[in-house]
Amino acid sequence: MKARVTVTLKPGVLDPQGRAIQNALGGLGFSGVNGVRQGKVIELDLADGTPPEAIDDMAKKLLANMVIENYRVELT
Amino acid sequence: MRSAVVVFPGSNCDRDLAVALTKITGQTPAMVWHKDAELPDGLDLIALPGGFSYGDYLRSGAMSARSPVMRAVIEAANEGRAVLGVCNGFQVLTEAGLLPGALMRNSGLDFVCRDVALTVANSQTMFTSRYDSGETIRIPVAHHDGNYVADQAVLDRLEGEGRVVFRYAEPVNGSARGIAGIINDAGNVLGLMPHPERLIEDEQGGTDGRRMFEALAAALG
Repeated sequence: MKARVTVTLKPGVLDPQGRAIQNALGGLGFSGVNGVRQGKVIELDLADGTPPEAIDDMAKKLLANMVIENYRVELT
Repeated sequence: MRSAVVVFPGSNCDRDLAVALTKITGQTPAMVWHKDAELPDGLDLIALPGGFSYGDYLRSGAMSARSPVMRAVIEAANEGRAVLGVCNGFQVLTEAGLLPGALMRNSGLDFVCRDVALTVANSQTMFTSRYDSGETIRIPVAHHDGNYVADQAVLDRLEGEGRVVFRYAEPVNGSARGIAGIINDAGNVLGLMPHPERLIEDEQGGTDGRRMFEALAAALG
């Protein structure tokens, strides 16, 4: 089984990289980009039957920093 | 004073820290590899050096914070032993949960590598007793992820409890409330982004970092 963990910055945490991307998009002539938030996607190849709680545990203990980030898990 | 410097793959200030500790305390620190599950007995101080451990994979300090030696460091910190984290060491301490908050990409996105003015915000710690509160010193920084972030309640608590130990006295990286270094509530774990070990002798262009090691030597024998 596979799981995709998407890690995003919590609302309210400033994202300097997202802002730089936003500025660069403006520089390329794309108008109307009101905001950009950068995150990361981590794909896990897991043994069949890995319980969802174990994936949650992986996200909380390592994949996301819960001080500044949220995550969501999708089984694919 | 018995000290140890932890060496992670990608540490690059471990020898600078070892030289500073040796010259100022008169005792050579043990160099401890990150895969060691145990620390030497009877340590007074554990120092986590600057560098780019694990290539900053995932997040700066994230992989190192889960390395075998960190379980022993966390245990030692909880026993009250002194722990100093410089730059990447500070990032590791936040990732390990020994200090609150997180260090994000500098607000200007640039790697900042220069001497910066710092205000000593609390000189009543075992790390800073040789400085005066409110004193301005100059210490080099060299980091890409030094932008300190924590929620308002944590920031208020840090300030209210005198746990902001160093503050930038000039714009550097966008850190919340200018925070350059903080200490834990027990007062034995300090993390800071600037590098005091790089300014311990006149030949290095100044000695403003030296007093941190003198303070530790005085406190820890």
